[in-house]
Amino acid sequence: MFRSVIKGQRLLAVFLLGVLLFNYPLLALFNRAAEAFGIPAVYAYVFGAWTLVIGLLALVIERSR
Amino acid sequence: MLQSWVIIPVSLAYIGVLFAIARYGDSRADQGRSIIANPYIYALSLGVYATTWTFYGSVGRAAGDGVGFLPIYLGPTLMMALWWQVMRKIIRISKTNRITSLADFISSRYGKSALIAGLVTVIAVIGVVPYIALQLKAVSQSFTILVRYPELAMSGLREPSPVVSDTAFWTALLLATFTILFGTRHLDASERHEGLVAAIAFESLVKLVAFLAVGLFVTYGIYDGLADIFSRAAAHARLANLFAPLGGAAGSYASWAWLTALSMLAIMFLPRQFQIAVVENVDENHLGKAIWLFPLYMLAMNVFVVPIAFGGVMHFPGLAVDPDAFVLTLPMGEKQEALALLVFIGGLSAATGMVIVETIALSTMVCNDLVMPVLLRMKWTRIAERENLTGLLLGIRRGAIVAVVMLGYLYFRLAGEAYALVAIGLISFAAVAQFAPATFGGIYWKGATRAGALAGLSAGFAVWLYTLLLPSFAKSGWLPIGFLEQGPFGIAILKPYALFGLEGLNDITHAMLWSGIANVGAYVVVSVLTRQDAAEQAQAARFVDVFRRAGEELDVHLWKGTASLPDLMALLGRFLGPERAQAAVADYARRRGFASPAAMPADAGLVQFAETALAGAIGGASARIMVASTVKEDVLSIDEVRSMLDEASQVIAYSHELRQKSQALMTATTELRAANERLQELDRLKDDFISTVTHELRTPLTSIRAFSEILRDNPGLDAAEREKFLGIIIQESERLTRLINQVLDLAKLESGRAEWQMQEIDPRMVIEDSIDATGQLFRARNVGLEARLPASVPPIHGDRDRLVQVLINLLSNAAKFVQPDSGRVIVALSAGPDTLRVAVTDNGPGVRAEDREIIFEKFRQAGDTMTEKPQGTGLGLPISRQIVEHFGGRLWVESAPGEGATFAFDLPRAKAPAVGPAPGG
Repeated sequence: MFRSVIKGQRLLAVFLLGVLLFNYPLLALFNRAAEAFGIPAVYAYVFGAWTLVIGLLALVIERSR
Repeated sequence: MLQSWVIIPVSLAYIGVLFAIARYGDSRADQGRSIIANPYIYALSLGVYATTWTFYGSVGRAAGDGVGFLPIYLGPTLMMALWWQVMRKIIRISKTNRITSLADFISSRYGKSALIAGLVTVIAVIGVVPYIALQLKAVSQSFTILVRYPELAMSGLREPSPVVSDTAFWTALLLATFTILFGTRHLDASERHEGLVAAIAFESLVKLVAFLAVGLFVTYGIYDGLADIFSRAAAHARLANLFAPLGGAAGSYASWAWLTALSMLAIMFLPRQFQIAVVENVDENHLGKAIWLFPLYMLAMNVFVVPIAFGGVMHFPGLAVDPDAFVLTLPMGEKQEALALLVFIGGLSAATGMVIVETIALSTMVCNDLVMPVLLRMKWTRIAERENLTGLLLGIRRGAIVAVVMLGYLYFRLAGEAYALVAIGLISFAAVAQFAPATFGGIYWKGATRAGALAGLSAGFAVWLYTLLLPSFAKSGWLPIGFLEQGPFGIAILKPYALFGLEGLNDITHAMLWSGIANVGAYVVVSVLTRQDAAEQAQAARFVDVFRRAGEELDVHLWKGTASLPDLMALLGRFLGPERAQAAVADYARRRGFASPAAMPADAGLVQFAETALAGAIGGASARIMVASTVKEDVLSIDEVRSMLDEASQVIAYSHELRQKSQALMTATTELRAANERLQELDRLKDDFISTVTHELRTPLTSIRAFSEILRDNPGLDAAEREKFLGIIIQESERLTRLINQVLDLAKLESGRAEWQMQEIDPRMVIEDSIDATGQLFRARNVGLEARLPASVPPIHGDRDRLVQVLINLLSNAAKFVQPDSGRVIVALSAGPDTLRVAVTDNGPGVRAEDREIIFEKFRQAGDTMTEKPQGTGLGLPISRQIVEHFGGRLWVESAPGEGATFAFDLPRAKAPAVGPAPGG
């Protein structure tokens, strides 16, 4: 039970990070005509942040198992 | 190969495969070897979220505004992080209360209100109908495009065709048929469909593979990789604007955030998501892996959306190709017929998965939460008295499935043509979002009341109707367009897209805002102003505290009335079938510790059990009505319930504390009892020991005294006689001395006061010394003694004299027990990996199996000591065993009667003794 509570709190932290990453103002920083690896900045950013969030979710879920 | 006579059989074959999977899944479930009981299938089946909207619509949306499709998938990704807390609670509540649909869940929370159940069902049906229309539209459109191959232009597609020749109509009929076959083959009390879930998981794979195939083909087949597409798009007049689309084409950051929030709610409250995530969930623990696997699935599904969209826009310049169909038209334009067919199948699986699960979920709701409560309340139908209702239930469900799909078709005909795929889907999202306040409030806020939930749901739904559904009719010309532009009856302040003059928002954000305010506002305000009745209060506690209470202990408190077992059995039998009812009740009786159901009192626990079991089949609200009609219930007053709940929670707190204390006490008692027993045992042993010692001492003393008296009283004995008697006296005195020495020795060993001279010793030397010491004995009895010693052995750590004592004991025992003249004794030494073994083997009478442990007890000797003359003191072996065990080894005997015996002991090789340093040594 205790471990489950800790996990819940870590997931909540990932949620908050995701809310931050996927919204104004961070999103606005990348909403410009720049490129990363030939991909427009905003697309590269959203997909990168998305991958990061999924990775963190996996880390939290799988690590303490 | 893209004529309709190819496409239709291929599609039917695909659906046939789905059937095969579903049948296989069901049969495995019947055998108890579920194929869906793992987190991977669970995560994949959650992929039912990705419908044709995702499959076709995302690309269309991306072609228009770039990133605008993303919030629909980012929202669920975020929500998944909260599922650990929220969804786990919902699943736990649902399993505890046998909840089988969203309507059931919400109404159960608010006192099993049939009114709320009905309202939720109505909202769900009306809200989801556009979404089903979307699937029909996508399938029929993709079919129409595919059969026109190789032509790509869309001219003429929008002309309405008569119903009979309308693909969408036939698609709808087909889907309804399949859903009936899939979902209502038999009535399952838990509403779980294992085979269906397996098929849905398979569909999730198919659509992912199809979409990735197109993505790879467009990106690396038509174009030269991602960088190539984007660099060309940068030169494109319109696409260049989509490189920084936010705040422009994709709308404001605010509407982006609203869409994210909306889809967060959709992933929880779409009826099909609730069905898959909660009702079909096999094991709460599958949630863990799904939390990251499902977002990963969505990510994979979206990676190629933008490349396909941009590629499509650049590939068909000036052609009237609908961006919603790029996924299909790009392979077609490149003459990739097989790929185009795969895409069509992918789209088909996206549509069928959605329609099947959605309509099954809706039909359960319509049947259990709308039709049954009404039928049961209408006394003249006498429905409650029918013998077997399973047929009726199935009939209602099948009817509901057809009705829902046909409503979808109707919406498609009425309004579908005016919208892109995504816009239709968002209307449905906004409808199901209305369930959020009542649900979240319901599981975390005990004070929320039925009136509050009813008010919130109604207000939110009304605003949704007015700001989203009616405008969609107006846009399609079924209502005067002036309703949109000037407001109803020309009242500008009531314009549906700019309610109360709130302008500058897109329609979804606008509707979300107003319906959210109306819903949450009404819910909270009315909840605060009204009071809960008894049933609500009980249910509220059961939901909010699901992790804290073991449900049944509360139920017993919260019901008063009289019931009879046969009545309840008959009731269950009508809905579940007599055999299953019998089995369920018998099982319940067993769990409560009664031998048979008849022995069980028809009390609150039983009534609650019957109601829960019934809820699985016909929903909570209907179950309440049925049970109330069967048993006599006393109405509990609100004060009674409140005091019971208070009492219950206090009692729970106390009993928790009490349990902890009594557990501690119990541990202490057990320890005390063990210690006491040990003491008594020791005491008894001491008494035994003393009496045995006394007895053993008396025997030689008696004979010494007897012979001494003979010598004193008969001075005239001849020299030989006198000599013999004196010899006996000396012999017995020696035995007495030996006995006393050994008793003292044993006492020392046992009390740990013995002195040990621990040192490295060579076991060969020990054996040779012992052989020398016992040589006289062997020679006297003419017994052969042979030593088998290896040339060199590692040293051991021990007390040399004590080891010699052990060996002498074993050797002299052997010498004593073998036959004189023919006896043979072998001493063998061998080295194992960790130990040295010394074995003394003789060819004497052996030791009987029942004596093999006895001989190591004090004063015990093999054989009958009453009739046979004792051969020793009975302390040699116990002492030897004590010594060997002190060195960390063990001493045992192997023997078969008549074939001699081997006494052997193992000693650990030179290391500190396992027992620790010798006290005082």
